[in-house]
Amino acid sequence: MKIGRVSGTVVATVQAPVFDGRRLLICDLLDIDGNETGSYLIAVDAVGAGADETVLLLDEGTSARQIVEQDPAPIRAVVVGIVDEVVLAG
Amino acid sequence: MQLGRVVGTVVASTKAAGLDGVKFLMVQPLDKARRDIGSPVVAADGVAAAGPGELVYFVGSREAAQAMPDPFVPVDHAIVGIVDAVEESS
Repeated sequence: MKIGRVSGTVVATVQAPVFDGRRLLICDLLDIDGNETGSYLIAVDAVGAGADETVLLLDEGTSARQIVEQDPAPIRAVVVGIVDEVVLAG
Repeated sequence: MQLGRVVGTVVASTKAAGLDGVKFLMVQPLDKARRDIGSPVVAADGVAAAGPGELVYFVGSREAAQAMPDPFVPVDHAIVGIVDAVEESS
């Protein structure tokens, strides 16, 4: 999984049915120090994450389909947690 | 998933089994500010409604095939939504 920060939302009307009624979040990917890497993911929100929150991102299809309980479904990225704290050793 | 812009169409009359009837579009991946990043990819149109000039979001890898009516097709990128709006929170 990856750590990201919610920086926006994507709104779409014409889309694969699995996305209907779900929030799509633009999540900036963060490096180990919490800085933006320049990459991002569009992820389905499974936890009610809001703007500027640090989140735990899943980017793998089989697990994503388990979360949305649809299979097959063309989905990979899901916000699966809101991060309170990252503690680095040493 | 990622943002992209449809920049063209691809026609191939000789295709691998399972690809008959699949519409292929040339998609330029975009960063969240909608600037071009990397090289364009050929993506199947998983919503059967996307056209040149449109802002879309697409999924890559194995999950792309699952956007198609037959999920066991050789497709590695698929458009899964036509973007109405991108709302940035910061």
